[in-house]
Amino acid sequence: MTTADGASRWALEARGLGKRFRRVRAVQDFSVRIPAGAVCGLVGPNGAGKSTLLGMAARILRPTEGSLRVFGSPVADPAGLADTAFLAQDKPLFPQFTVEDTLRMGRELNPRWDQAVAERIVRSGKLPLGARVGSLSGGQRSRVALALAFGKRPRLLLLDEPMADLDPLAAHEVAGLLLAEAAEQGATVVMSSHRLADVATMCDHLLAVAGGRVRLAGETDELLAAHRLVTGVRLTDGVPAEIARHTVVESRTTGRQFTALIRPRGPVEGDWKIVEPGLEEVLLGYLRSPAAPPLLTAAARIDGPHGQEQEDQEVTA
Amino acid sequence: MVEFRIDRQSGMAAYLQIVQQVQEALRLGILTAGDQLPTAARVAAVTKLNPNTTLKAYRELEHLGLVEARPGVGTFVSAAPARPRALADSPLRGELADWMGRARREGLDWTDVSALITAARAEHYPAV
Repeated sequence: MTTADGASRWALEARGLGKRFRRVRAVQDFSVRIPAGAVCGLVGPNGAGKSTLLGMAARILRPTEGSLRVFGSPVADPAGLADTAFLAQDKPLFPQFTVEDTLRMGRELNPRWDQAVAERIVRSGKLPLGARVGSLSGGQRSRVALALAFGKRPRLLLLDEPMADLDPLAAHEVAGLLLAEAAEQGATVVMSSHRLADVATMCDHLLAVAGGRVRLAGETDELLAAHRLVTGVRLTDGVPAEIARHTVVESRTTGRQFTALIRPRGPVEGDWKIVEPGLEEVLLGYLRSPAAPPLLTAAARIDGPHGQEQEDQEVTA
Repeated sequence: MVEFRIDRQSGMAAYLQIVQQVQEALRLGILTAGDQLPTAARVAAVTKLNPNTTLKAYRELEHLGLVEARPGVGTFVSAAPARPRALADSPLRGELADWMGRARREGLDWTDVSALITAARAEHYPAV
């Protein structure tokens, strides 16, 4: 739905979105939305479609099926380009440029450029403005790339593995900088990451993908709270009846111990030890069990992904 | 001003860790009436914690009457200390002490008692 205020409530809105590279379907049947103001972690195994999704949102890749909207405008509409900043994993910058040249490039290419923000980010890392980008360390280059991204004053910042290949200190600084600036500017952040411990505390929203499809989407707290880790003595073969009544994401028996990750439907009966699982336990459960039904919270769900043809006109497959 | 430390291995929700650390800082006198708590952006820069998590913790602390938010300025420690020694005088404390004494007389060691507490906690405070 694209009412006047509905248009800006969702930073990203995918309906039946798909991307095919020749024979390979990198993303398929993808219907999900991310609210404006979220810091959303995009997680999943290698080849799950994370970079393809980011590429489509950044308008580098064109969807082959369905629709994708950024703040209510179709990705095919060039008007929205200024709203989005994308930081690719290799953080492409011109190595021969100095830090100052790089910021000047940002100023001249972006109509809404905010030099003060970009300089603040560079200065807080004590980077010499005259240094060549090629001579900087990985952490320093990340800082310049973030200065370029935030100087653009984006409403949506897309990051592909922003902390990969950074030493622990640089990763910590980059993550802190990212969150503080996003809070300051009220930007929506979507970042892919394999560092689950970071995702757990940095991100208030989560989008887990596997095999090009949504596995989990929504508020991190709500997703975790919907699950329970159940352990106890195994009395029967297979999943005990009182556990099978709930949605079982994954279960296993080790000797006499039975363990299951479930989405409870009502109270769990029987003599079980029941705890709320951590992010890693939930995520691994879903990634190991492709047959388990995906979970999208009410905020992430798009009702009726199909039958929206009138909204999908921007894509000609 | 205080700095928070988020233990990502503890299994305790990050916002509760902040609530606890503020309560502790108040008990120890590291924070006193009128002190400002760090802004959510500052906490994010130092600890990589999502700003909404910090704000959630501050709302909880406001709820407990320990801090007050001044819109556009920041979050400050309240003037009046809230419910001093309320827990220490509670009958629950005496009952727990009696229970633990009984457990000890029946020959349970601390590991046994701790397992019972963990099991009871999982039952009654599943989200903590």
